[in-house]
Amino acid sequence: MLKYIGKRLLYMVLTLWVIVTVTFFLMRAAPGSPFSGEKELPPAIQANLEAYYGLDKSLFMQYVDYLISVVKWDFGPSLKYKGQSVNDLISEGFPVSFALGMEAIFLALALGVLLGAVAALRHNKWQDYTAMIIAVLGISVPSFIMASGLQYVLAIKWSVLPVARWESFAHTILPALALASTPMAFIARLTRSSMLEVIGNDYIKTAKSKGLNSTEITVRHTIRNAMMPVVSYMGPLISAILTGSFVIEKIFGIPGLGMHFVTSITNRDYSVIMGVTVFFSVLLLVSILLVDIAYSLIDPRIKLADKKGE
Amino acid sequence: MENILEVNDLKVSFNTFAGEVQAVRGVNFHVKKGETLAIVGESGSGKSVTTQSIMRLIPMPPGEIKGGEILFEGTDLVKKSDKQMEKVRGKDIAMIFQDPMTSLNPTMKIGRQIMESMIKHRKIAKTDAKKRAIELLDLVGIPKPEQRVDQYPHEFSGGMRQRAMIAVALASDPKLLIADEPTTALDVTIQAQILELLKDIQKKTNTSIIFITHDLGVVANVADRVAVMYGGKIVETGSVDEVFYNPQHPYTWGLLASMPSLDAEEGELQAIPGSPPDLTNPPKGDAFAARNSYAMKVDFEMEPPMFKVSDTHYAATWLLHEDAPKVEPPAVVRKRIEHFKEKAGER
Repeated sequence: MLKYIGKRLLYMVLTLWVIVTVTFFLMRAAPGSPFSGEKELPPAIQANLEAYYGLDKSLFMQYVDYLISVVKWDFGPSLKYKGQSVNDLISEGFPVSFALGMEAIFLALALGVLLGAVAALRHNKWQDYTAMIIAVLGISVPSFIMASGLQYVLAIKWSVLPVARWESFAHTILPALALASTPMAFIARLTRSSMLEVIGNDYIKTAKSKGLNSTEITVRHTIRNAMMPVVSYMGPLISAILTGSFVIEKIFGIPGLGMHFVTSITNRDYSVIMGVTVFFSVLLLVSILLVDIAYSLIDPRIKLADKKGE
Repeated sequence: MENILEVNDLKVSFNTFAGEVQAVRGVNFHVKKGETLAIVGESGSGKSVTTQSIMRLIPMPPGEIKGGEILFEGTDLVKKSDKQMEKVRGKDIAMIFQDPMTSLNPTMKIGRQIMESMIKHRKIAKTDAKKRAIELLDLVGIPKPEQRVDQYPHEFSGGMRQRAMIAVALASDPKLLIADEPTTALDVTIQAQILELLKDIQKKTNTSIIFITHDLGVVANVADRVAVMYGGKIVETGSVDEVFYNPQHPYTWGLLASMPSLDAEEGELQAIPGSPPDLTNPPKGDAFAARNSYAMKVDFEMEPPMFKVSDTHYAATWLLHEDAPKVEPPAVVRKRIEHFKEKAGER
C-alpha cells in the first residue's frame, strides 16, 4: 500500500511537470502582455518592468526559473496586483473557497445519494419521476440562474437568508446550495442508474431469500455496491468545487479563489495563471489518488498493490 | 411421514407487454419431512418459477400468483403479507441459487453473509453467530474456516463459493432447502462433490430438499422422488425407481433418451424435436402433443388428467387411458432402462 502510494506520488510529479510545461508555453503563445493597456507605456518603463519581473530573459530561461519556483512552491509576485504575491492570493482565497466547497460537496453527496436511492427503490413510481425531474432541473439550470433564483425567493421575497457577502454561516447557505445543485443532480442520476443495476443482481435475491427487509437489503447490500461510479465522479468534483466557482463567488460577493482563474487570464497575469493552475492540478491529482484509495476500501476486489508477483 | 410442504393447483403468471405468460398452470406436489424431491424439466418449463413462488421471490408485478395454495406446515404462504414472509424466508425455507459467482455479495465478508440470517432470525449475539459461521463453513467442507470466514467471495473458487452459499442457506437450520440448479454452473467433478455434500447434510440435519435440475443424471443421484415438469405443469411424478425404470409420459422418455452417457454405445446424442410451447398462448390439449411422435387425436383436443400408475406414480398422458393403444417406450429408452437396472444391480 505504502509502496503503491509512493509510486503514485512519483507519477503525480511527472504529470505536474507536463501540466506546468504545457500551460507555460500555451500562455506565452497567446498574444498580449501584462503591461499592454489602453495607453502604451514608454519603452523605457516597459523595459524596466520586464527586467524587474524577469521577462527580458529568453523564454527557455524563464521556463527554468518558473520550474524552480514551482519546486520551491513560491509563485512570485503578481504582475497585476501590486505588492501581492501569488502565494498571498491563494492563501487568502482558498480557505473561503474551501469552506464553501466542502459545504456544497456535503450537500451534493447527501441529497444526491438520497434522491438517487429513492428513485431506484421506487423505480417507475411517482417518487422516481419526482426525483428525476429535480435531477434534470439541477443539471439543466445553470448555476447563475439557480443562484439568482435562490437570492430572489429566499433572500428578497421571504428574507430568511442574507442575500450576499461572506460573514456568517447563514451567508454560506445560499451559495452552497447554488454550487451544489448541478453535482447533486449528477450524483442522483449516477446513484439511481447504478443502484438499478445492482438491484438486478443475484446477490440481492440471495439477501431477500435470507428474510432481510428492504431497508436492510438496501443499506447492507445495495448502496455499497452502487457507490463506485459516484466515487469516481467525486475526484474531479472535489478539486473543481474546492477551488471555487467564478460565477457563484461573483454573484454572492465571496472573496474566494474562483475569480483569479478567470481574471488572471484576461489580465495576462502570468504568475497568477501559473500559480492557480499548479495549485488546481495538485489538488486534482491528490483527490484522484484519494478516490483510488477509496475504491479499494469500498470494493475488496480492487487491490492497490503492485503486480510484482506475476 | 408428514408433509412439510404441499402445493395445490398453483398458478403463476407474468403480465408482459406481449400478454399474460402463464408460466405455471396448476401444479400439485408435496414434500415430506427429510426427503428430497427433484423437479426436472427443460428451460422455461416453470420449475424455477414454481419454487421461487414458494419463497415469494417472484417480482410482483409483473409476476402474479393467480391461484392455488402453498401450504407450509399447514399454513398458506400465498396469503401471507410481505412482512410475514420475511419471517419464513431464510428461517424456515432457504434457497441455494444456480450461479455461485453472482449470488454472493462481492463487497461483504463471507462470514457476515452467513451470520446475517442467524442474527436476524435467531437473535443471537455477533460473537456466537461468528462461531456458528465457522462451524458451518467446516460442515460444508471448507478448509481453514477460521481464516476463510473473514475473506471475501472473490478469494473463493467457484466450488468453494457454492459451498459457502450452502452454508448461508443452512445458517438458520431451515426445514426446507430449495436448491435451484445448484450444480449447473460448476464443472463435473465439483458437481459430484456438491451433490455428496447436500446428501450428507440432509442425513445430518434431516432437512427436506427440493432439487431443481434439468440433468436426470443428477436426479438419480440425490432424489427420493421426481416430478417432471413440462409447459408449466407436472406431467409425471413418482419415486426415482418408478420414473427411471417405468417411465410413462413420452416427454419423460425424451428426457431419458437425451441423457448423455459415457457408457452408452450409441454415438449420437438424442434430442427432443421442436421447441417448448408458447405460454402466452398455451396449447389446448396436451402441451407436449406437438413434439410427441406418439400423439393421438385426443392429445390435441383435451388435456390429459393424471392417470394413476401406482400409489405413488402418476402420469398425465392419454396413452394410459384404457382405450389407448398399448405403446412401448422407444428402443433407446428401453435400452437405457436395462442399463440403469444393470448398474443398480451392480451396486
